[in-house]
Amino acid sequence: MNESNFLPRWVSIGLIPFINLLLAFFVSGIVIFFIGENPLQAILVMIKGAFYYPGSIGYTLYYTTNFIFAGLAVALAFHAKLFNIGGEGQAYVGGLGVGLVCLALDQSINSFLVTILAVCGSAIFGAFWGVIPGYLQAKRGSHIVITTIMFNFIAASLMVYLLVNVIIEPGQMSPETRDFSEGVGLVQIHKLANYFGISIAVSPFNISFFIALIVSFGFWILVWRTKFGYEVRSLGHSETAAKYAGIDVSRTIVLVMAISGGLAGLVAINELLGVHNKLLLGFTAGYGFTGIAVALMGRNHPIGIFLSSLLFGALYQGGTELDFEFSSITREMVLLIQGLIILFSGALAYMMNPFVEKIYYNYFKEPKNA
Amino acid sequence: MLEMFQICISLLDSTIRIATPLIFCAMAGIFSERSGIIDIGLEGKMLLSAFVAASVTFLTGSPWIGLFSAVVASGFASVIHGFACITNKGDQVISGLAINILASGLTITVGIALFSRGGQTPSLGSDQRFMPIDFPFQSLINNIPLFGDLYSDVISGHNILVYLSLLAVFVTYYMVFKTSFGLRLRAVGEKPEAVDTAGISVIRMRYQAVIIAGMLCGLAGAYLSIAHGAGFGREMSAGKGYIALAAMIFGKWNPIPTLFACLLFGFLEALGNRLQGVELYIIGEVPVQFMQALPYILTVILLAGFIGKARAPGAIGVPYSKEG
Amino acid sequence: MTTIEINEGNDTSVSLPSFSGSSIELKKITKRFGHVIANEEVSLKVEAGTIHGIVGENGAGKSTLMNILFGLYKPDGGSIYLDGNIVDVTSPEKSISLGIGMVHQHFMLVPTFTVLENVMLGNEGSFSLKKGEKTILQRLQKLSSTYGLNVDFHSLILDLPVGMQQRVEILKALNRGAKILILDEPTGVLTPQETIGLFEILNSLKNKGVTIILITHKLKEIMNITEAVSVMRGGKVVANLKTNNTSPAELAEKMVGRKVLLSIEKKESKIGNKVLTVKNLNHLSKDGVDVLKNVSFSISEGEILGVAGVAGNGQSELLDILSGIEQLQRGEIEINQTRLLPGEKWDPKKVREMSIAHVPEDRQKRGLILPFYNYENSILGYQRKERYSSGFLLDKNKILNLFTETAEQFDVRPRNPNISSNKLSGGNQQKLVLAREIESQPKILLIGQPTRGVDIGAIERIYEDLLRLKDSGTAILLVSVELDEIMSLSDRIIVMNQGKIVGETMGSNATEIELGKMMSGLDRTN
Repeated sequence: MNESNFLPRWVSIGLIPFINLLLAFFVSGIVIFFIGENPLQAILVMIKGAFYYPGSIGYTLYYTTNFIFAGLAVALAFHAKLFNIGGEGQAYVGGLGVGLVCLALDQSINSFLVTILAVCGSAIFGAFWGVIPGYLQAKRGSHIVITTIMFNFIAASLMVYLLVNVIIEPGQMSPETRDFSEGVGLVQIHKLANYFGISIAVSPFNISFFIALIVSFGFWILVWRTKFGYEVRSLGHSETAAKYAGIDVSRTIVLVMAISGGLAGLVAINELLGVHNKLLLGFTAGYGFTGIAVALMGRNHPIGIFLSSLLFGALYQGGTELDFEFSSITREMVLLIQGLIILFSGALAYMMNPFVEKIYYNYFKEPKNA
Repeated sequence: MLEMFQICISLLDSTIRIATPLIFCAMAGIFSERSGIIDIGLEGKMLLSAFVAASVTFLTGSPWIGLFSAVVASGFASVIHGFACITNKGDQVISGLAINILASGLTITVGIALFSRGGQTPSLGSDQRFMPIDFPFQSLINNIPLFGDLYSDVISGHNILVYLSLLAVFVTYYMVFKTSFGLRLRAVGEKPEAVDTAGISVIRMRYQAVIIAGMLCGLAGAYLSIAHGAGFGREMSAGKGYIALAAMIFGKWNPIPTLFACLLFGFLEALGNRLQGVELYIIGEVPVQFMQALPYILTVILLAGFIGKARAPGAIGVPYSKEG
Repeated sequence: MTTIEINEGNDTSVSLPSFSGSSIELKKITKRFGHVIANEEVSLKVEAGTIHGIVGENGAGKSTLMNILFGLYKPDGGSIYLDGNIVDVTSPEKSISLGIGMVHQHFMLVPTFTVLENVMLGNEGSFSLKKGEKTILQRLQKLSSTYGLNVDFHSLILDLPVGMQQRVEILKALNRGAKILILDEPTGVLTPQETIGLFEILNSLKNKGVTIILITHKLKEIMNITEAVSVMRGGKVVANLKTNNTSPAELAEKMVGRKVLLSIEKKESKIGNKVLTVKNLNHLSKDGVDVLKNVSFSISEGEILGVAGVAGNGQSELLDILSGIEQLQRGEIEINQTRLLPGEKWDPKKVREMSIAHVPEDRQKRGLILPFYNYENSILGYQRKERYSSGFLLDKNKILNLFTETAEQFDVRPRNPNISSNKLSGGNQQKLVLAREIESQPKILLIGQPTRGVDIGAIERIYEDLLRLKDSGTAILLVSVELDEIMSLSDRIIVMNQGKIVGETMGSNATEIELGKMMSGLDRTN
């Protein structure tokens, strides 16, 4: 993309994204103002909701976990210049992987083993749902944006069908499977703390979060330290140069989409193994789409993704508090903020560049004559 | 036999009703994408305008003012899209996505603030909606066997926006292929440099195209909430914008084939609804979800080049910049 | 503007504009891109009804200047005078209305449109296309017969050869009433015959009163066809001369800023065994054009084989096949006794494993990944080599060390491994690529356009490096459109025309005239 050549790094990757974020919040504030509420008060409620009340930090980190996985998924594809809008569907199908492993094995083998297999299942199923669009892009030239959008809808239909007709708990009305057996799943932190005699507030925050951190580190190694990562980034910057360099372009695209889908699939472990303990309809709740905002804001770097995931985690958790405190603003406000962040941090990412450049050179530095 | 015919008539009738918003949106997509701007924001613009149409109609009592406001609002959303990807050369997919999410959040938030009904608008009375128009001589023609039903249920008896959507197809066709505007539109999507050096502003052409696209989406939204439906409901566009996108690709960015793709997708949905719970010979019951997914599956197959080849405009997705 | 009726054809209602020519003057034009100055206080005057040449090296600012005159770029300072009156050229629309037309180096044609549609674009005549079509078609027929610009108006651009496409560009400009025609490097893509054809057209335009500005870096063309010439260097006009009063040597000196003495000291070549043999290579491009026809040659250790020819005569495809980017379709390649036949797996990775290095023609699109840091670019293509890695991982320290060494050795400036390669000058980018490829100690080096867009200082350095590599026993295949380069470096020269090898000569006794003849495809005595 057209990152400025004339600004120092801290301005172009620190200050400008921050300004963009502020703009998004500013416009959100205007909307709140027109609705007739006080924007500052709304922010206060959200901050309290995200960090202050008992258990709220746990909730924030629980949401954060989803966004890390979804954000990394989108970011990896971005490094290869692929736009994977299919995180939502890949996470959903990843959930199918979790569900099938648990339903098939939880009666017969060790529950710890089942959990590990279920984690693998989520990644493999997610990878499968990512690899088809990847393959179609690499070998048949179908535009990955369109294909992944289509795959989101196909995934949704598929899951409804399976949950309503096939793996629904017999005798149940609501489309969900039976509970996984006791002991299967990823431990929630408050239970773990209890075990050690520490008492903390109940929240869905579970050890998926730490898996997400490990995966983030692995992501960094993969992209910036391995031969494969080098090839992915080469491809992302210039396909012709990648071909010249002997990089197998199709193979790289397919692999990237597999890993990307797998990362998105991991959203399911947080939701299903960490919280719900069963497979249910619509558990992805748009997290896959939020991953796009997270990756854009986090500039496709694990640290940036962690920080923006945290922000979105806080927004989601703080947003639920809006429902209680205000009569006229609700958690959907967060959707609006999310849209604005995608707009300002993504589509309008470079809007401020000329402006900041001008200020920077007028007040701080004389331009060089190149 | 007669029953079979009745079923067909009612299937066709609902096909047309389902296809109408798809047609508007797909024509919108053609204008935008022919100019080189990807528009995955069809969905959001339709949702936004559905909300505006219902709200304004409820507040003013006039569906015409509602319709007008919807077109303006959706056009304004297009201007934002244009500002992001034409003026600021931002990523078109990201911008479209932002509009979709923004529309979801904004409609619910403002809806709750205005009407306190959980994001819905109050339902509209029949004088506040575009009601079906009955063509003349209906009672006369009704007496003709078979054709009578066809005339009164399929040809006649729709609201004005349905007929407008068909008109939109022919106007789009004429505009894109038969006028100087269309020549420039197609050129700007294939090779913007050629347009620029011919002394035509690329930026202006593209803005015109996306604004027309926005206005067409506005008609689609208004159809949903003040013609076909009687008020706005949360997320009422329900993926129709994406189906329209698929139909546009299916129609290879050409208005007439796109019309048929919209009708096909509409028919599939109508059929899916009809077949719910019906056991068919040999196949058994066809899951309604399969019928719902079929447009998407077909589009994937088409894009993969297994049925013909869909070629997008040459410069699509690429921001135009003259200098460096 | 007066009009004259042209009495050819049946329809006399169509008329062409006539004029006594327009003069144009640029005064102190300055243009910056970001913080780079592309044109600095440029002043020049073009007399009415003449052909005026503008010469200069790549990056001297010629195209920028013309894009300003055509209204595509906004100048940061200076003014433009047309027939003595100051004009404000703010957009192509404005310049077209002032009677300025431009034929760009890369054609501005919509490939999926017909000739007619391309000509109509922006000048449709009416809202309904059908109405406008008739009158424009008639005018086109007049124009094409008047100036000898024959082309089928209903064929698609993508079906036309480049020479034809160029005619369409000229027609476009004339149709819009151009009195001043700017041509940016028009002969770069043309065969010599097509060039002759173009010059005939230009002369006939001049005789009808059109003022022509010809941008080129080929001095011969300037001497052949222009009345006056402006020389640009480093964004400035350094000389305005009458063509009759100057010589190619003087122009060359002015272009580069010092006496050009590219006489390179060559040691006696020690030519060894054959290492690369190509037999009956044939290749069909994606558009179904025969781009290579029965190409056969061989190179030996310690030899530089020059491939001369006008751009677009199959040289690029030859490089693409040998470097593994394109598959071998028909024919046979033998490398160090290993025979390669069509259908066998053949890709750049395998090519590198066979100790073939490749410096591509387009370093910015292929040879480098511009946003990458220098040290990252220093392993492009060798990223899977053991010397740079340990297991799955790249060994950053090893790469950094190696970069520091080679940057020193090949004089890549700045030496900093941690800056993006897009901040390097063209010459240093090329040195970086060359360093990387030579560092792999290849038995065979494929190199395309080694000095395109490279400053003089770096050129000498690159020549020295190539000769040293040759002396160490590497076989070098040198593809270049610069005849001087080919002649001064090669031991042997083959000439390509329309996908065929049309001549071969020893480097020591080649003359420009002889090679030129062969390049034009007229001479078939080999």
